Formats: sequence, structure tokens, C-alpha cells
Amino acid sequence: MHDQTRRSLFRSMLRIRRVEEALATRYAEQMMRCPMHLCVGQEAIAVGVCAALRKEDKVFSNHRAHGHYLAKGGDLNAMVAELYGRATGCCGGRGGSMHLIDLDVGFMGATPIVGGTVPLAVGSAWAASLQGTHDVSVSFLGDGCFEEGVVHESLNFAALHRLPIIFVCENNDFSVYTRRNERQPNRPIYRIAEAHGMPAATADGNDVETVNSMARSAVEHARDGKGPQFLEFDAYRWREHCGPDFDDHLKYRSVQEIEAGMNNCPIDRYKTILMQTGALDEVSCAGIETQIREEVSAAFDFALASSKPTIKDAWEKVYA
Amino acid sequence: MRDVAERQLTFAEAIRESLDQAMEKDPRVIVIGEGVPDPKAIFNTTAGLRQKYGARRVFDMPLSENGLTGACIGAALAGMRPVMIHQRVDFALLAMDQLINNAAKWHYMFDGKASVPMVVRMIVGRGWGQGPQHSQSLQAMFAMVPGLKVVMPTTAYDAKGLMITAIEDNNPVLFIEHRWLHHVADNVPDHYYRVPIGTARMLHEGSDVTVAAFSYMAFEALIAAKSMLTEMGIGLEVIDMRTVRPLDVESVLTSVRKTGRLIVADTAFRTGSIAGELISQVVEHSFASLTAPPVRIASPDFPTPTSHFMAEDYYPGPKTIADAALDLMGKSKETGGYQRVSVALARKGPHDAPNREFSGPF
Repeated sequence: MHDQTRRSLFRSMLRIRRVEEALATRYAEQMMRCPMHLCVGQEAIAVGVCAALRKEDKVFSNHRAHGHYLAKGGDLNAMVAELYGRATGCCGGRGGSMHLIDLDVGFMGATPIVGGTVPLAVGSAWAASLQGTHDVSVSFLGDGCFEEGVVHESLNFAALHRLPIIFVCENNDFSVYTRRNERQPNRPIYRIAEAHGMPAATADGNDVETVNSMARSAVEHARDGKGPQFLEFDAYRWREHCGPDFDDHLKYRSVQEIEAGMNNCPIDRYKTILMQTGALDEVSCAGIETQIREEVSAAFDFALASSKPTIKDAWEKVYA
Repeated sequence: MRDVAERQLTFAEAIRESLDQAMEKDPRVIVIGEGVPDPKAIFNTTAGLRQKYGARRVFDMPLSENGLTGACIGAALAGMRPVMIHQRVDFALLAMDQLINNAAKWHYMFDGKASVPMVVRMIVGRGWGQGPQHSQSLQAMFAMVPGLKVVMPTTAYDAKGLMITAIEDNNPVLFIEHRWLHHVADNVPDHYYRVPIGTARMLHEGSDVTVAAFSYMAFEALIAAKSMLTEMGIGLEVIDMRTVRPLDVESVLTSVRKTGRLIVADTAFRTGSIAGELISQVVEHSFASLTAPPVRIASPDFPTPTSHFMAEDYYPGPKTIADAALDLMGKSKETGGYQRVSVALARKGPHDAPNREFSGPF
């Protein structure tokens, strides 16, 4: 992998982290008045997968969508403005954090019903196949999705018609505060996908290069007409399920576990590697931090300066 | 030479022709549903489509109502125009999440940046023991959701025209068909034509009682109206509502301002029915023109029993409508005219079959 590509992966992860941290800090101001599911700790999966895609490729996501949206190239200003409920938000204020969209970069939409967009991604791949385009579709889904019938229906249909789709499962083991072992029998998720008749693989989701290389291979296969591909990545959710804070005080997971999860930070790990190989040094790293800080700060300024929609606007666009 | 304007097609044939012509005109139109290309072809409403348009546009479907509704939404977002078919409304209940959370709201929640042009055909069953889970008429449940359009044509003419309009519409349109209308014929032009969504149609003019009716009940109301006019000189104004959302309240108000009396005949359970909504709106907008309390004619508030003995008097029919109209007018039923109406409207064959040719099982 070229140094430039590696720096780009690093930068993209760091940018997502800094956006999430800024959101967490400013959430207390009570101006972003919507549920918010931060992806701190899970950046490598979003970045590794989206870096394997073309702009025309289609991504569908879920309630924890900030990372996917930003990694696919979604407009930061429009996202932050959306969280502030402003008219310039990507949904004009109708969606908030759980509903992001940026069609210009193939980010087709994120919604918060678990499994809800999985069949839509399949439908998008179906359309690509019917229309004869070479776009692939990606569905980001969590471990909880494997308790939803619609996900099995989606895998079945995708396999049946050999659709150009990549299912990317981020397994962070938690549904809100409930562990997977209280929700599912002890069997690997990727094997379920295999049983539906598609190639499936699993790896450490904190290793961005591994994620990226697996995603590139999966994308290539899907684009070549080899049907759906399934990737499962382990991840660790650092913060609370919904909201800006850490939630160690709830004691649903041990301090040791949280520390181990945070010590496995995908960004720190990658930074160490890039420093060792010389792809990155302290100066270039500081430069990236500064650029990101300025961009994020400008996004908040943009949001706060944007006009506020009213109930009059809410009556519009019920029908196309 | 046969006059094409006088050509008769059944409702089912009209649906088939509308799909055929829409597919011919627009390559984005695809048809999918459990049994679409099978030998029975959804009561012959999809017959020949796969042969003509190929397996890439005419699909059978896994038994995955929710998942495939989602796939159709995804395909619609990507520029296709799917027509999805459920042989019973009841099956579509498995897809409520996708219909209500995604199809209905996608355009709205994403600020109009995308839309979901798709049609979902749902068929209401009746008779021959269809029972609790094969005969529900749930239009009100769908119609309460902003973002959905719900149509319920009665005539073959409207079935074709509304199907074409629904396919061309940029929103999700639920197209509810009553199975007992499938065999009813009407004049159906052979060209590609549209019937607007959201407009009712006058089926029978009259000045005594307005009967606003949905789907098969409009067919029943028309039978009652003809008989009452002939035998008693009573004028029922029968309005075929055709669309459940948006409701054409204005047409009903215009009629009620003339007649002062309103019956709403619905195929659904009484409680929470669209009949109740229509009456609410009439009362809100034109209370003063009503000379008597409006009446709902609907199915009773219990599930449809299967046994044909138990189901004997389950469904209201033309006589229910005639009786209600007379009650509203305060007219006596002790007349020769009423006796003749009663005889004319009495059921001729078994209650659980739509016509004499019908011998089950569907």
C-alpha cells in the first residue's frame, strides 16, 4: 500500500474521531436535540470499507451512521447542520443524527430501525443488476441484525439473484446494553451468511488495512458478477449506546474490558505502524490534526449560522 | 367492426392489460410477487407477462414479504418502478415495517431528495371459507399513514386507469383489489389511459340519500340504487370513492348538500374504518346540511369466521344498504315497493361465492 493511501486511511479515521468527539463535547449545550449514536472506536470499519468503493457505489447505513457517512465522502457541514436541526442539514432538519443522506457521493440513506435498510441495499444491488451498471451496494449492519427476520430474507434474496452487494457486519457484541450471548446462540455470525450461500469472512475490525484489503477483494468479486459477499468485523463501542458520554458507571461491562477495548484503538494502532514505517511523522500528524480541527470548527460555525426551519416547512414534501 | 370503446373486459383482465401496457411503455416497470409467473398467474392478472417481458422483469418471489418490500423500495430508489403483488392483504402485514417506516417516509425524512415510486397490489379475499386471515380489508390501517396513497377501484375501467396512474406516480401506492370484483366486466378502452388518484366517481345519481362506497360495496350499492329507483322511485346517489387516501371528501360534501343524508359503505371492520373518517369529515365541514345522523355500513367487529354456516350473514349487501336508506328517510317498509325491492335484492345463490360459475377453492 502506498504511503499516501495509508495516510489517507489514517486521516479519514482521525477525522471521524475528531468529529465524534466534538459532537460529544458540544452535545451538553443542549442545542443538538436528537438521539445520537457515536461510532468512536469503530472508525476502521467505515474507513476501510468505504476506501474500497467508487463514488458511484451505494452505501446504506443504520442508526450509528456518522462514520459511514463521512467515510463515503458525505458533506460534513450538512451533517452537523442536520444534528442542529437546521434547514441546511442533509435532511433539512427532518432526520437528525439517525437519518443521514448524501446522494452526490452514493450515501443512500441511514435509518434507525434495526435491519431496516438492509433490504434496501439489496434492492439497490438488484436495480444495478437489472440496469446493467457496474455499481456495487454496501449494507452496514450490526450484530443485532441477525435477530431480525428481514436480514435473513435479504441475504436469501441477494444470494438467489447473485446481486452485487457487500454486507458489512460490525459486531460490537452489544444491543444497547445487552450482550450477544443473551440474544443469540453461540455461533459465528459470518457462518450464517455462508449458510445463505455467499462467501463470508471475518477479521479484526480495528485493523484498517485488513478491513480495506478484505473489502477491496469483496468489492472486486461483487463487481465481477460473483454475487454477494459478507464481511464480519469485530468492533468495540467505546461510549454509551446513545448519547455523548462514557457509561462506565452503569457497570454493564467491566473496567478491564473497556480499557482493553480502548487500548485496541484502531487509530492509535495505525498511527504507530505508520510512524514506524515512516509514512507519518509527528509534524505531518500535527498538520492533519490542525486541518481537521479547522474543518470541524467551520462545520459547527456553518450549522449555527444556518437558518432554522419551521412547522410550515414540515407540511411540505409528504408526497413526491 | 367492433367499437373498441364498447370492449368489455373483466376487472382481472383490465389489471393484466394495465400491467402489460405499463411494462411496454416503461422499461423501468418490473413485477414481483408470490406466484406472479406461475400457472395461476395471480388470478390471471399477470398471465403472459413473463413470456412477453422476460424473467428479468417478471419475478416470482421468496416468501419474504418484508424483505422483498424493502428490496422493491431499494430498487425504486435506484430508478426502477416495481409493482409488488400480495394475493391477500393479510400477507402484506408482514411488510408493515418496510411500508410504514421506509416507503411512506423516505421522501419526507430525506427532505424530498429521493422518492419511492412503487405499487403494492393487495387482494381482499371473501367467501368459500377465506376466514380470519384471508379476508381482511385493512385499507384504513394503511390510509392513516402520511406518505402512502391507497386506492380501491371498483370497476374494470378504473382498475386499469388507476393502475397506470399508480405506476406513474412517484409515491408508494397501495392498490387494494376485492377478489369478488375480479370477474366483473366493464367497458375498458384498449389504449393506455389514466384515472386520477384522489377523485371519486358518480356511479348513480339520486337526490334522496348519498351512498359513498368503497370497492365491492360500491358494486353492492349500485345494485341497491337501481332496484330502489325502479321499484320505489327512491334516488340513491352512489359515489364510488375509488381512493382511500387522499379521500375525495368534496364529492361527498357536494352530494350530501343535495340529499341531506349519508350512508358510507365500507368493506372493512366498522371500528376505525375509513367510513368513520369520511363521516367525521362530512360532519366537520357540513353538519348543517345533514338532516339525519350519518350511517356506517361495514363488517361487524369480529374476525371473519370460516364456516359458511357462521359466515352466513357476516357481510352487509345491497339489502343492508336499501334498508338503511329507508330508515334514514323515515319510510315505511310495509309497502309493495319495498317487498319488490326485498325480493330483488335477496341473495340468489350461496352467500360464499361471487357468482354461479364459482366452485372454489379461491
